[in-house]
Amino acid sequence: MLLTVRGVRIDDTFAEAFGMRATAVIITADTAQWARQAALSMTGFATSVIGCGCEAGIDRVLTGKQTQDGRPGVRVLLFAVSTAELQKQLQTRVAQCLLTSPGSACYAGIDGEETLRLGNALRYFGDGWQISKRFGAKHFWRIPVMDGEFVCEATTGLSKQAVGGGNLLILGRTTDTTRAAAEAAVAAIRKVPDVIAPFPGGVVRSGSKVGSKYKGVPASTNEVYCPTLRGAVHSALDPDTKSVLEIVVDGLTSTAVASAMRAGISAIVKLGPKRGATRISAGNYGGKLGPHHYHLRELLP
Amino acid sequence: MRPLTLTLRERLDDRLDLSPLVPHALAGKTIRQIERIELQTGHRPINLADVFRVRAGDIEQIRIQGGCDRLDYVGQEMNSGELIVEGNVGIQAGRLLSGGRLTVLGNTGPWAASGMKAGVFEIRGTAGDRLGGPLAGEIAGMRGGIVVVRGSVGKRAGDRMRRGTIIIEGQAGDYAGSRMIAGTLIVRGSAGPLAGFLLKRGTIVLGGSSELSPTFMDCGEYQLVAMRWLAAMVEPYSKAAAVLLRRSFARFAGDMAVLGKGEILVGSRN
Repeated sequence: MLLTVRGVRIDDTFAEAFGMRATAVIITADTAQWARQAALSMTGFATSVIGCGCEAGIDRVLTGKQTQDGRPGVRVLLFAVSTAELQKQLQTRVAQCLLTSPGSACYAGIDGEETLRLGNALRYFGDGWQISKRFGAKHFWRIPVMDGEFVCEATTGLSKQAVGGGNLLILGRTTDTTRAAAEAAVAAIRKVPDVIAPFPGGVVRSGSKVGSKYKGVPASTNEVYCPTLRGAVHSALDPDTKSVLEIVVDGLTSTAVASAMRAGISAIVKLGPKRGATRISAGNYGGKLGPHHYHLRELLP
Repeated sequence: MRPLTLTLRERLDDRLDLSPLVPHALAGKTIRQIERIELQTGHRPINLADVFRVRAGDIEQIRIQGGCDRLDYVGQEMNSGELIVEGNVGIQAGRLLSGGRLTVLGNTGPWAASGMKAGVFEIRGTAGDRLGGPLAGEIAGMRGGIVVVRGSVGKRAGDRMRRGTIIIEGQAGDYAGSRMIAGTLIVRGSAGPLAGFLLKRGTIVLGGSSELSPTFMDCGEYQLVAMRWLAAMVEPYSKAAAVLLRRSFARFAGDMAVLGKGEILVGSRN
């Protein structure tokens, strides 16, 4: 059954998502640009857990009034499939990308029933010159570096309620209009708190299916959504579909993922079929793999 | 619910050990039992009601009206609730405090907050010597919690402190932060000679200059991110300290006569 809102067709299907481990850190720097730069480095090469170890992105930009040290900052979210992998990714990314970035400092961005090591793992870089500071329950480390000190909170929280893999498939008549619809959706999703869209610019063009005809390849191209194969496979596309883009959403809670998908659908529908997408669908695995199902009909604007 | 209120009947002739008067020790006691609590003073024990008029109330909120510099060990080993003294107290107020909030509206004698472990201790007036310090023979002094003194303090404030934060809004006497093992001592005003004497680790922040030991090494002037973070943390307890922490500091590393991993930060004039 097809639903149509403002000329955009919406499939009566659902996005299937998975439980993930997540954490958040707040990065500050002397200027907003350098806080953003540090965050971009830290969240680089973090599009998919399939090949990057984690999925990460900037959740929100913070003013000096919203950060622990009164300087501008950003909050970054990281998602991984296990606590051990998340700890490993957090540690290496903070060490290689934040510790190295001029003027940066790093604080816990989430409270959690369990914690991950942040400064507690990095303090050894101080080679004995590191300074521990506590105030009440808060604990942070000061590590001397060449532009002063790297201030890093000892731990950050771990969330086990996180959800990864909420998604929207955006189908359009041309690559330009489809991309415009995806951009509008990503812009709307960026305003939703506690979610990230980890792919480049929030958009992925190589939607995959599980497995492959080749041994040892965990994921391969989803041919039923490839427009150039329309005649050769049992295509999922309409005769006029020339381009399909996907937005993947990871969130700290299932509610946040649903809100992000709702915001994305609303933006696409608002743009309309002429300037944007003609159809919205979602990816799933038949509902048997992931515990979180987001039915598009329940997320209509 | 109104607090349990004790009003001092008259000025004490002898020193009085007030350590039994903490919320956790009063838990489950009736007003009669509280009045009959035996207090140590002079040669013979006396009952609480002999020296205080007691008005029943919530034992988690105790108010002592009419202070006296002979009231010793106020809030000793207190671990919850709130205790307010509307006047002066004697020695070792808040000793081994491990939770809750202790407030003295007047002055305290020596060894206030001695060996304190956690909680918040506010002194509106001045504090005597060895604030937070250990008693003779003890290895560590204060090891946690927050002490705020609105006035000035005597000698050796923060002696042998291991952890925690002391904020002094006035001046500090000689040897402030002596033998500190770690922790943070903030003095908004100036300190007497030889602040940080034999400092191993930890941070001493001074608003005004002090005559430092030559075993402290000048490391230059900086605006430290860590102090900005600390400023936000201490702001709810002391706005004046937060203002100081946002200034730039001359950093002196030391005391090189011992471990030398500590620092004295002297606030700039601006």
